[in-house]
Amino acid sequence: MTKLSMTVNGKAVSGEVEGRTLLVQFLRETLHLTGTHVGCDTSQCGACTVHIDGKAVKSCSIFAADAAGANVTTIEGMANADGSLSVIQQAFQDCHGLQCGFCTPGMVMTSAALLADNPHPTEAEVRHGLEGNICRCTGYHNIVKAVLTASGQTVAAE
Amino acid sequence: MPKDYGIGASSKRREDVRFLTGRGQYTDDLSIHGQAHAVMVRSNVAHGKIVSIDTSAAAAMPGVLAVFTGEDFKDVGGNPAGWLIKSRNGEPMREPKRPVLAHGKVRHVGDAYAAVIAETYEQAKAAAQQIADDAVIDELPAIIDMKAAAADASNRVHDEIPDNICFDWGWIEDNRAAVDAVFKSAPHITTLELVNNRLVPNAMEPRASIGEYFPGTGDYKLTTTSQNPHLTRLLVAAFVMGIPENKLTVVAPDVGGGFGSKIYHYGEEALVLAAAKKLGRAVRWTAERSESFLSDAHGRDHVTKIELACEKDGTFLAFRTETYANVGAYLSNFSTATPTFLHGTLMAGPYKVPHVYVNVKTIFTNTAPVDAYRGAGRPEATFSLERVIDKMCRELGLDQFEVRRKNFITPDMFPYTTPVGLAYDTGNYQATLAKAIEMADVAGFDKRAAASKAKGRLRGMGLSTWIEACGIAPSHLVGVLGSRVGLYDAATVRVNATGNISVMVGAHSHGQGHETVFPQIVAERLGVPESSVEIVHGDTSKIPFGMGSYGSRSLAVCGVAMNKAIDKIVAKGKKIAAHMLEASEGDITFEDGKFSVAGTDKAKTFGEIAFSAYVPHNYPLETLEPGLEETAFYDPANFTYPAGAYICEVELDPDTGKVDVVAFHCADDFGNIMNPMIVEGQVHGGVGQGIGQALLENTTYDENGQLLTGSFMDYAMPRASDVPFYNVDYSCQTPCTHNPLGVKGCGEAGAIGSPPAVVNAVIDALHRGGMTHVTHINMPVSPGRVWQAING
Amino acid sequence: MQNFDFVKPATIAEAVKALNSGDAQALSGGQTLIATMKQGLAGAETLVSLTGIAEMKGVCQGDGGLHIGAATSHATVAREVATTYPALAKLAGGIGDPQVRNRGTVGGSLANNDPAACYPSGALASGATIVTDRREIAADDYFQGLFATALDEGEIITKVIFPIPEKAAYVKFEQPASRFALTGVFVAKFAGGVRVAVTGASNDGVFRWTEAEKALSANFSAAAISGLSVDAGNMISDLHGTAEYRANLVKVLTARAVTAA
Repeated sequence: MTKLSMTVNGKAVSGEVEGRTLLVQFLRETLHLTGTHVGCDTSQCGACTVHIDGKAVKSCSIFAADAAGANVTTIEGMANADGSLSVIQQAFQDCHGLQCGFCTPGMVMTSAALLADNPHPTEAEVRHGLEGNICRCTGYHNIVKAVLTASGQTVAAE
Repeated sequence: MPKDYGIGASSKRREDVRFLTGRGQYTDDLSIHGQAHAVMVRSNVAHGKIVSIDTSAAAAMPGVLAVFTGEDFKDVGGNPAGWLIKSRNGEPMREPKRPVLAHGKVRHVGDAYAAVIAETYEQAKAAAQQIADDAVIDELPAIIDMKAAAADASNRVHDEIPDNICFDWGWIEDNRAAVDAVFKSAPHITTLELVNNRLVPNAMEPRASIGEYFPGTGDYKLTTTSQNPHLTRLLVAAFVMGIPENKLTVVAPDVGGGFGSKIYHYGEEALVLAAAKKLGRAVRWTAERSESFLSDAHGRDHVTKIELACEKDGTFLAFRTETYANVGAYLSNFSTATPTFLHGTLMAGPYKVPHVYVNVKTIFTNTAPVDAYRGAGRPEATFSLERVIDKMCRELGLDQFEVRRKNFITPDMFPYTTPVGLAYDTGNYQATLAKAIEMADVAGFDKRAAASKAKGRLRGMGLSTWIEACGIAPSHLVGVLGSRVGLYDAATVRVNATGNISVMVGAHSHGQGHETVFPQIVAERLGVPESSVEIVHGDTSKIPFGMGSYGSRSLAVCGVAMNKAIDKIVAKGKKIAAHMLEASEGDITFEDGKFSVAGTDKAKTFGEIAFSAYVPHNYPLETLEPGLEETAFYDPANFTYPAGAYICEVELDPDTGKVDVVAFHCADDFGNIMNPMIVEGQVHGGVGQGIGQALLENTTYDENGQLLTGSFMDYAMPRASDVPFYNVDYSCQTPCTHNPLGVKGCGEAGAIGSPPAVVNAVIDALHRGGMTHVTHINMPVSPGRVWQAING
Repeated sequence: MQNFDFVKPATIAEAVKALNSGDAQALSGGQTLIATMKQGLAGAETLVSLTGIAEMKGVCQGDGGLHIGAATSHATVAREVATTYPALAKLAGGIGDPQVRNRGTVGGSLANNDPAACYPSGALASGATIVTDRREIAADDYFQGLFATALDEGEIITKVIFPIPEKAAYVKFEQPASRFALTGVFVAKFAGGVRVAVTGASNDGVFRWTEAEKALSANFSAAAISGLSVDAGNMISDLHGTAEYRANLVKVLTARAVTAA
């Protein structure tokens, strides 16, 4: 076991990890931040997406030790300071961009990173930007709509 | 002006806030003091005789607390099939025992034959590997191909079942002679052999269960990823573990999707309970995705020959089908109903076809169990019908729209009894078809096709007009059809003293939005704010009873039970109001949240009545009980029959065979709509899954029974870039005639109606491109298959 | 997964030392390796993360073309070479998905040499030089079959030098589940001739389609290869496509790449 420190959602945290401990395990089991989910074991589904130093990564595919010292943001850190939903979260609710909610944290994290990189994406850019996130409930329609809405664009196709 | 409140409003989902902020509580998110971890040991061969399982080395490994094998469960019950189907010859289906852990033989890759409980997951996993290394299992030849399995009596999935046939079912057997006679003299017969591809449900949350045992009381608690906790309680308690139902609580907290796969009871649920009792500690198990692929109940997997007899003008005379349905290695709970009563009974479609005969042979194979997956049987029926009709139109050069119109049951014919035993109560198939044609701008298709052609693409348009039977219930019907359970539902409406309301419902929400929609109905009926109503679901200790959520039944059955309980609340409220207002009960009216004496200005608000019910200082207790809480069970008179018309447009790249769905139009009749936003979302999701089935998803076992598509690396799940925006309409409404809400159900529609529309569009594109030799391509219509069809 | 010691050196020298002491495995992003380790198909006593080595990161113009640090992520390459080498940017920007591109690295991809990975075709078609801690290896000598490379035990790629062609394009046809290349073709036109490298298709991993190179060197147009045929004999045949289908894709995608270049 080695000691590990990083910043998660703006707070300094530390804990003991094994070499093999994945970042998602550290978040869920040590820090009890269970909003980040595990939906597969092959790095495909994206339910575990978090931000490391502002970039979207799959927390199931990085060892916790490899994120030592990093600035990590999880879904629990995405709401506004007053606790209200952020623009992207609000867009997901307004557009009914979630059903069972399991893939949602990853979708929100990927969408937020996408919009940070590209504030006015086209529909195709949104769809390709969500390549690493699988949703089984929504058929993606309202997720894509939510991301476009969060970018301030109106969605013509209805 | 759209409503912003109550029935028909697109109220935003209240459950979203917790999911969007990471505060959902799914089973694997829960942590119980002192919990231990279970890992299953799964067979890596499809078929094998268990010679020995030496667990001694594993038991001695660090952290290992207990080891279980099939021996530990050989004296408890098995996981039963919920429906008893009889073969054409009157014999009951063959029903092998499905043990908690495999005993004697393993019957599919992933079949669990042992389990390890350890302090940590890693320790349990390491010990499980040790058991796998130490077990001696003699591999037997795998039985994979259904027709071969039925033809070979020497190789058996279950030793007591010689031909691997579970049942050979005819529906309706008495129709058979008449149908055969029609085919002998029919002016035209179209025949199509097709595969309805096997699918892995892949709810994004893998299955998980936590067992607890409380020695002080002898109570058990199972927290599990279930679509129907009461059914799970019944199965675990009464059938498998032999513990009293009232000593077991089953909780299904937030559940990350089900699509059918979480209806059923699985062995892991019994295992964690048994282990919890043995160890006196909570025991948890969570599937890895690769385990989900191997051990969740799969869907579909039919091989069908369908024949259509018709006049030269396309008037249908008869349908005849012969289907081999794969049931896998064991009978999962609904597995025998899915290929039969959820499939054969729909084989008349929305058409006034006079003769239909359906034959289904259900076969055991060395593959994972197959059971209901979104739509369950009805997608298979719809796919067969809509594909053979499309083929017939091409053979006879007939217009696909006109042929449908000509054969539709007309609105004046309801109630309409089909030759396969259903009585459709209402519908307007002409209206949904007309709407779909308008939405899809069918008139402008040629122009769009020309634009595609200019890009080197072939454009095609496919149609599917579908119907389903859902609101899965009437106990009196399902009982006749072989169900061993009733299919009603229940709800309790509890008005608290301060006027807010808790509603305990039997339906379980795992994405459907019950926590939002059910309060809309309560609010509308009782004249209270939606925000004052809370829905309680998923906990057998809190809710009266329930048969769960599947078969588009939550609203059409449980919602109606809740509505019935609301009727009782209003009636009780009138009694209280009559007492308080010193009027006769018959003179009290209830409107907009107020109980009034008719013709006067004397009135009490709903809140005043609620408060009074719990502060009954001067009640005439002989005739008026305190309290304001009512429970209702509802068992409908009939299924509900949503229907619709779907039009899909594809673009096809003839050089690579790649198919892109460029437009998808849905005109559905769901009866009355409670929340349009949620209805649209349900259709989107269903169509997304249907496109997945049609173009992407393939479950392939090799001849040795190894699952070749055992991860998302090989099993193609639809992604955002694989689908378009969908164009959804539900304005054609013929309300259900036998439930007071007039609702029909919308959860499965998309998955039922869409696959044939996609495949018909692909065939259309190829024919328009001159490749008329291609009459069918099996799903998934992958680029490789399209290219092969073009060039083969 | 088996446990291991995790080390994250800051210099190439430290990394080489760590990799050459005992049972050690390099980790360069881990977007393939970690999934493989979860399956129990890979593992070591020590895992040496290469993504903390500053001298192995970044993109610059230098002798012989673009010098890309081996630990540079796909996302960084996609962004940084967008104007200097757009075809390579497109390749990097199309690998996996955004999250994978933020972690996966060019060195990791080339060291793994997955037969369906994108980078091997880009490196081979570009005639790239694979620079390691001890030598330089020409791409033509580097790729040696499925998951096989010229790298020795404990040798790490430190950077890759990509000559910049006059024209180039990468066209990938995705395997629908993994989104790896079912077949991908990178076409690069240099003053001295055209190089065509194909990934995802062959049982021997990435390869150069020399007949097409010859035809395209004479006439750089899609029409130039219309008369050629690709031998399906050594193509991969699997669930997602037969050998004949892949052979067809090689030709179709090559033509498209030429048109797009």
